[in-house]
Amino acid sequence: MELELSPDQKLFQKSARGLLDREHSLDRVRALEDGDPRWSREWWRKGAELGWAASIVPEDLGGGSVSGAGVRDLALLAEELGAGLAPGPLLPVNVVLAGLVEAHGAGPDHTGEIEALVAGESVASWAVYEPGREWAPAAPGLTATPAPGGFVLDGVKDRVEDAGAADLLLVTAGTGEGVAQFLVPASAAGVSVAPQWSLDLTRSFGEVRFAGVEVTGDALVGAPGDERIIERQLQIAVVVQCAELCAVLDRAFAMTTQWAFDRYSFGRPLASYQALKHRFADMRTWLEACHGVTQGAAAAVQDRAPDAAELVSAAKSYVGDRAPVVLQDCVQLHGGIGVTWEHDLHLLLRRAVLDQALYGTPRDHRLRLADLASL
Amino acid sequence: MTESTIESVESFRLRARAWLAESMPRRADEDPPPMTDDDTADWERARELQRMLHAGGFAGICFPREYGGLGLTRAHQQAFTEESDGYEMPLVLNVPTFAICAATLLDEGSEEQKRERIGAAVRGEEVLCQFLSEPRGGSDLAGVTTRAERDGDGWVLNGAKTWSTSAYAADWGLCLARTDWDVPKHRGLTMFLVHTRAPGVTMNRIRMVNGVREFCEEFFDDVRLPASAVVGEVNGGWAVASRQMFHERNAVGGGSPYVSGRGHPRTVPKVTPLEVLRASGGSADPRIREMAGEYLAARAVEQATTDRVSRAIGTGVLPPAAASLLRLLHAEGAQLSDDLALAIAGANAATGTGAEPGAGGRAAIGYLMRQSASLGGGSTEMARNVISERMLGMPREPAPDHDVPFKQVRRGR
Ligand SMILES: Cc1cc2nc3c(=O)[nH]c(=O)nc-3n(C[C@H](O)[C@H](O)[C@H](O)COP(=O)(O)OP(=O)(O)OC[C@H]3O[C@@H](n4cnc5c(N)ncnc54)[C@H](O)[C@@H]3O)c2cc1C
Repeated sequence: MELELSPDQKLFQKSARGLLDREHSLDRVRALEDGDPRWSREWWRKGAELGWAASIVPEDLGGGSVSGAGVRDLALLAEELGAGLAPGPLLPVNVVLAGLVEAHGAGPDHTGEIEALVAGESVASWAVYEPGREWAPAAPGLTATPAPGGFVLDGVKDRVEDAGAADLLLVTAGTGEGVAQFLVPASAAGVSVAPQWSLDLTRSFGEVRFAGVEVTGDALVGAPGDERIIERQLQIAVVVQCAELCAVLDRAFAMTTQWAFDRYSFGRPLASYQALKHRFADMRTWLEACHGVTQGAAAAVQDRAPDAAELVSAAKSYVGDRAPVVLQDCVQLHGGIGVTWEHDLHLLLRRAVLDQALYGTPRDHRLRLADLASL
Repeated sequence: MTESTIESVESFRLRARAWLAESMPRRADEDPPPMTDDDTADWERARELQRMLHAGGFAGICFPREYGGLGLTRAHQQAFTEESDGYEMPLVLNVPTFAICAATLLDEGSEEQKRERIGAAVRGEEVLCQFLSEPRGGSDLAGVTTRAERDGDGWVLNGAKTWSTSAYAADWGLCLARTDWDVPKHRGLTMFLVHTRAPGVTMNRIRMVNGVREFCEEFFDDVRLPASAVVGEVNGGWAVASRQMFHERNAVGGGSPYVSGRGHPRTVPKVTPLEVLRASGGSADPRIREMAGEYLAARAVEQATTDRVSRAIGTGVLPPAAASLLRLLHAEGAQLSDDLALAIAGANAATGTGAEPGAGGRAAIGYLMRQSASLGGGSTEMARNVISERMLGMPREPAPDHDVPFKQVRRGR
């Protein structure tokens, strides 16, 4: 992350780490069974008190960031939680907030929902993927048909993070005027959620069916056809993912470096073999590059720089591709112990593979880069 | 000069923008021109452009004022570099003259060397080069066998150097020589400033696989050097060379504050994957579009990482050895670029457009030179040693020559 943090940022970081250490050990993660709740409302509310859902929300909507650069603070937090493989809806809540804040003033008013999310009283998630389809946020199959006083939603979303725990779903839907987003209570008539298997033991996902779900026009977020809001949500999602991945890599690399000093073979530490030293040097370089591009992307999104979209996709393409490579190398350098359930490495690898896959694969983002460059 | 009297970056940028528009010629085209054996005119042009920068008050932005520079910050240089996009710039002078040689002199040279050599380079009067590598080995730099022996007040130089980039166009070279054979290798070295046309210096140009004749080899036969030619301390040459290698890694990695302007000089004929793609009229093939995206991502990663690491080295958050991270990343990026250009060229890499190589052929020639990015500026293997040993603290490679007088060290078969 940032190589130099302000005292406020350090405090922010430390408070997150404290909560994580107290309530969420990796041993607990390893012991989770299918169906066990990953996190509690209480845990998320405590996090919200520490500002976990506030940094990208302006102060007049109940938010606020410690450094004044909220996207960078969010990335800092994502690193901290990523290193600890934290559960909880950091990404989904902040992505929904990014959309609501972006749309604020340009459509129906969602101030109340924003405030409840910032306070941790409410949880929201972005319902954007559809079964059997890759990343295509602007071309949903789910439809919103105009009806008296509002719309009727029909269709299926999946890979909705924390769908089972969410109070609100931000749903992308096709309308005659282009893609539109609706904020729908999960308790609305016609909404049903089925849990999905998740690779990452700390994360839960669900498939959500919308069968003739009636919403009023007030459920709209921004105006139909306004893809800038979706772009902002994607940018925030990718910054959070990449920051998480950087931290996951740092942790795996630190574990593996320590291992190289501690483990002896043929009478000398692994760290003394050039063939291995060179692999560590490569990994160290890739880590720095992952941090470099993630930090660059966070700063560009923060500043709304003209190249923000490009940097975000560069980050996802690079970090998403490098993360599994580094982690697999860490497993290899651990030897047999690296492929056991008892070891922590697979927990990190799970998170990395999951983050790589969602919100556009590295390949999707490379194609987006070509589009952005008008090639 | 105190902080408060330094011109703000924004005001400097605006002044540079106006001056460039009025005084510097626009760059003719993006396309690298055909390679020629005789590039004397290019070098003359570079010196002329540098003289123009100097006359306009925009030369040597990060060099101190007492040595002919402007004494400004990296941010000022960056602003100027951004503004100078699209103008002709003396890019060949960036590496090794400014980023490596002048930077090393600034750190290690005598007052006189700094005033004279850096000053002359900034004014566009002189070009510098590096005489480090020798025919018997470049990685083991402390093992050089070119020798300098005392001769009254001065020295007599004998030996051979090789792979020296653009030495044919240079006036002075930083030459590492052995001055004491009775001590272990690092302690018997001295760095000298040698005039490239001094009596006793013979220079040949070496043709590289891409047809360019940028490399040189030099033979020194009883070249006489005054005492003032010594850079740093006698037998303290390793400290100077280490600093020089730091600047070189930094320069190769794109982290030097002493370069002005962006892009490759004409002497480095590179074709990018995007140029190959455009030459074929674009592509709807997602495989090819993805490759272009991969190149764009790598470019953005390299830029962002260079910014981060240079800042961190500047503030001491990372040690100078971290320049090796940039060096390694740059080699990876450059090789990826060559690989992608070749892949995008597809079958067009095999033959030219008529008698000319065309974009596809140029991609293929670039591919022949692929390893230059991981050899020039010290090999990536050496960079990996630096990272693992000096950043990660891993045990050093065993070296049987370490505490042995150099004359007893085994050197080749
Ligand atoms: C484009 C370019 C520009 C250059 N410009 C200059 C210049 O201006 N001035 C100058 O003096 N030199 C210059 N060089 C030379 C360059 O510095 C050397 O090529 C480089 O240092 C490697 O030395 P070598 O070629 O002698 O290879 P060697 O040292 O013989 O090495 C051969 C191979 O063995 C590997 N190797 C060697 N030792 C080790 C070790 N301890 N551990 C692991 N692997 C090892 C190397 O990495 C390399 O792959 C340039 C080279 C290039 C390609």
